[in-house]
This record gives sequence, structure tokens and C-alpha cells, in this order.
Amino acid sequence: MTPAMPNIQTFYEMMRAQGTSRRSFLKFCSLTAAALGLEPLYASQIAYAMETKPRLPVLWMHGLECTCCSESFIRSGNPLSSDVILKMISLDYDDTLMAAAGEQAESILNEIPAKYPGEYILAVEGNPPLNEDGMYCIVGGQPFVDRLKAVAANAKAVIAWGACASWGCVQAARPNPTNAVPIDKVITDKPIIKVPGCPPIAEVMTGVISYILTFNQLPELDSRGRPVMFYGQRIHDKCYRRPHFDAGEFVQSWDDEGARAGYCLYKMGCKGPTTYNACSTIRWNGGVSFPIQAGHGCIGCSEDNFWDNGPFYKRLSYVGAGLGIEATADEIGLTGAAVAGAGVVVHAGLSAIKQHNRKKPEPPAAPKGDQS
Amino acid sequence: MDAQVTPAPEVTAPVYVYELPVRLWHWTTALAITLLAVTGFLIGNPAWPLITGEPYNHYIMGDIRFIHFTSGYVLAIGMLVRIYWAFAGNAYAREIFMPHVWKREWRSSFFRTIRWYLLIERETAKEVGHNPLAQVAMFTMFVLGVLFQIVTGFALYGEGTGPGSWANIVFSSWVIPAFGSSQDVHTWHHLGMWYIIIFVMVHVYMAIREDIMSRQTIISTMINGWRFFKDNRP
Repeated sequence: MTPAMPNIQTFYEMMRAQGTSRRSFLKFCSLTAAALGLEPLYASQIAYAMETKPRLPVLWMHGLECTCCSESFIRSGNPLSSDVILKMISLDYDDTLMAAAGEQAESILNEIPAKYPGEYILAVEGNPPLNEDGMYCIVGGQPFVDRLKAVAANAKAVIAWGACASWGCVQAARPNPTNAVPIDKVITDKPIIKVPGCPPIAEVMTGVISYILTFNQLPELDSRGRPVMFYGQRIHDKCYRRPHFDAGEFVQSWDDEGARAGYCLYKMGCKGPTTYNACSTIRWNGGVSFPIQAGHGCIGCSEDNFWDNGPFYKRLSYVGAGLGIEATADEIGLTGAAVAGAGVVVHAGLSAIKQHNRKKPEPPAAPKGDQS
Repeated sequence: MDAQVTPAPEVTAPVYVYELPVRLWHWTTALAITLLAVTGFLIGNPAWPLITGEPYNHYIMGDIRFIHFTSGYVLAIGMLVRIYWAFAGNAYAREIFMPHVWKREWRSSFFRTIRWYLLIERETAKEVGHNPLAQVAMFTMFVLGVLFQIVTGFALYGEGTGPGSWANIVFSSWVIPAFGSSQDVHTWHHLGMWYIIIFVMVHVYMAIREDIMSRQTIISTMINGWRFFKDNRP
């Protein structure tokens, strides 16, 4: 991609122009390597990439969403989101972060794909609703779904920020009146990196961008399109309360002795065992804490369907919430077993009567001495 | 039935129905399912009250999960052996995998069995293997139910053993996406448990009932393999 973009400064040039010393620059590269979980050797590769590669044009579009992904992103501690936005990438369009507005701002969405076809990254926060020809989400006078398809057409790759773009999130929860769909339902011919979470962890977001810039390729993705380095394991697998789980030490109710002692929140509905995310390792707000550390169970926000897999405070999900029946698998199962049990009892009773009646007429028919 | 001088046999000659591997498999599976249901229920709902102290002093959840996973392996390997035996064993070893629904006589016998269970028929037919209704129940509730539990169970197991483990590669990688999320698979696996519990209730009841009311032995057949008939009529 190098020769295609002579007009764009490299990250290093930009940093030097802003007065950053080379020493600080190399420090930044090692920290980024550490954040990505790479060997120390990769720091020099990152430095090389930053020195030689032009900044990556990124278009950041917003569909049906709550902006929590952006809110998370701007709080990234390492790399600093300001470094990412101002230096690593060339964030050419982001309707919540950019100062420009109106016609001029919107025209960028046409310019960049024309100028750098196949070179820019499309980052999508939120998702398109499809009902009524996409009229439930209009941006710049056009249905979001149309703009999304148009901008994605020439993108190098697409990043799906958050649960909305990756799975659908709350607007796609039952009954999904607007027919909101994850972006991979409308963008089918581009590589899509899913970075789910509501929101995703800030360092995961900047880490994904750093990785793409450094290695000029997408990070390794799992079978569902998520970067393995951040979504390879469940929160439960690395949870610091895991020993309490194995021991069977569960919080029984909020504020009991177990809750105060920091026991496992499994029985309080913690979705850590079913949620793939890096919260228990990277944590939040610069590694300060994460929900379980704060004494509240995980709600599974980076999982498909998490809104329909409630309640948040029960271990077993309700089944058939769409039908208006809220019952856990146990309640359904017990009902089924009770019906089967009652059936067995009634049938056994009737069978006993039948057997009793059937035996009666036999003795007179049989000749003495021979019982058959 | 006149008393003839000729020594008519008391009963129809017994038939060797369940070969040793089938019997061993039956009772092993019964034990595994019992352990799986009890431990599985406790995994979904650890019902015990608060346990305190340092976590290294206890390993309750760990032990329960260990029993569950071990029993799961026993069930799955047993099922593989049983499927092999459907090919290697006698004709009765195939019944529960493939009810002969396309045969006219099978269907008439099927409806006769339904009438028998509805207490309409005075007498049931002599069945050497499973009666047709039992074959259908065995296939839809037991075989499909257990296979469903094995697939979803190992998909969940593979999440714990992690990417790269065999269960993760063979099951988790496609089962979890197929259901949507891990929590969905948990919910379905839990419902599957109840499906099998209901099967076991009906199965045990029917085995006892038919042992008393039908014209052949049922329970002892699964112990010694031989089907004995109680009367001499066709």
C-alpha cells in the first residue's frame, strides 16, 4: 500500500513534527508491542512500520448505536487514543468526533473511497435496520444501510465495533421491530473483524488498529470473526475469582458474607462462563477494574443475543421470552417431567385395573392341573 | 386348549435378544446418565448454602464437574461402541437406530401397540425385540436425545479446554456459532437433560409394566439376554 499514498505522512514524521523525541517514540512502540501481547522483538517491527508506512485512512460510520464504543475508544490508555487518532491513522470521517459538519463533512465519504480504493479501513459502530427500506436510521439524508454498502464497497477491511455491529445488540433483541441486523448481513464480500462488547475494551479497540497498521494484515480471527488474541478465552477462564468457583464458594445473595469476601458470582447470574472477552485480563479504565472485580456479575455484553439471554441476575436464561413466557429450562423441564410423571401414574393405575380384570375370567376356562 | 398327550411346549422357545455388549452398554449408560443428570443439575444450580474459608480447602464444584465430564466421556464412548455394535451385532441391535417405518406390517403393528397402550387391545403381540412404538421412542427420545447432549455437551466442554483442544476443534467451533452463543448452548443442553429425564421415566415405567402385562419377559432380558415368552399362543 506504500506507493499509493504519497501525500500522507508516516506516523513517525507526524510525531517528530509535533515535537516527540525518538526516545519517546521507541518507548511508545515497546508499550504497544506489550499491549498486543507480542515479543519484545516486535517493538522494532512496530517502529519500522510507523516510520515507513503512511497513516491508515479510516472512515468511522455510526448507525443504530449509543456511542458507547466511541466513549470507550477515547479512553484508551495504551496506546493513547489521541495517538491512534492523530498519528497512527488518518481518521478522515467520524461524525461524532470530527469538528466539520454538513455537506463538506459528508463529501469525505465519497472522496476517500475514490482516492484510496482498497486502501482504507471502514470502522462501523452500530448497525443498519432493514425494515421500511432502512428508513429507521437516516444519516445525512440517506438510509444508513445504503451509505454503509457504498462506503464498504472499496474498503480494504471492515471493523465491526461493539455488539451492535457484530451481533445486533439491544436494537436486534426480540422483537426487533426495525429488523436491525449485524453488519455482516449486508457486507458480505469484505473481511470483517468483529470487536464485540457493549462497549469493547478501549485497549482492545486501539490494539486492533495498531495490529493492522503494524503488520499490514488482519489479526488472527476465530470462527466467528473475532480477534483470537482478545476473544480467545472466556472471562471465566482468567477470572481472579475462579478458585472460588472451583471450590464451590458462591455468593448466595447480595451483601452476604460471600459477597463481601469476593466469592464467585455464578449463582448471581454472572455470565463470565459464557462470555468471550478480555475483561478479566486487560480490565477497564487503564486496568483499574472490571465488573466482577467491582462485585457485579458479568452480563455477557460481548456475546451474541445477550439481551435475550437474560435475566442478568439468574444463572439459567429464560426460554421463549418472545412468546411472552418467561421460564427457565428447569421450570420447563420440571413441568414436562411432572406431566410425564402424572401420565405414568394414571396409566399405571388403569393398567393395574385392566390386569386385575383380565386375570379374573381365566381360572374357570383352564382345566385343573394345568396352568398356562 | 385341550390337554393333549403330545408334550406341547409350555411356551414359545426363548430367543437370545440382547448380546453381552448391549447389556453391558445398557447398564453403563444408565449409570452414566444418572450421574450426568445429578451433577449436571448441580452445575446449573449449585444448590448448597454458602461455603466459606480459603478456596484451596474445598473443591466441590471441581469434583462435580469432573464427575460430569468423566460420565460424559463414558456415555459418548459407550454410544460409539453401541453404534458399532448395531453393525456387528444381531438384528435386534439395529432396532433402536432404524425403526422400519416404511414396512406395512411394521405400521400395523405400531398402531396395534398404540391401542394396547391406550388399554383398548386385550392382548399385545409377541415381540421378540422392541415393539414398534418402543423403537420410535428409543430413536427419537433416546438416540437423538443422547446424541444432542453429546454434541452440545462436548461443545461446552471444549470451551473450557480451550482453542486447540480436540473438543473445541470438533464441536465448539461450529456448535456455539450454530446456536448463537455459549449461553444458548447451555440453555439447550439443560433442556436436553429434561428431555432425557422424561425418557427415563417413561422407559422405566414401560419396562416394568410390560414385564408384568405383556407376553414376554422384559427386565430379565436386559440382565441375561434371553427373551422368554409366557404363553404358547401365536
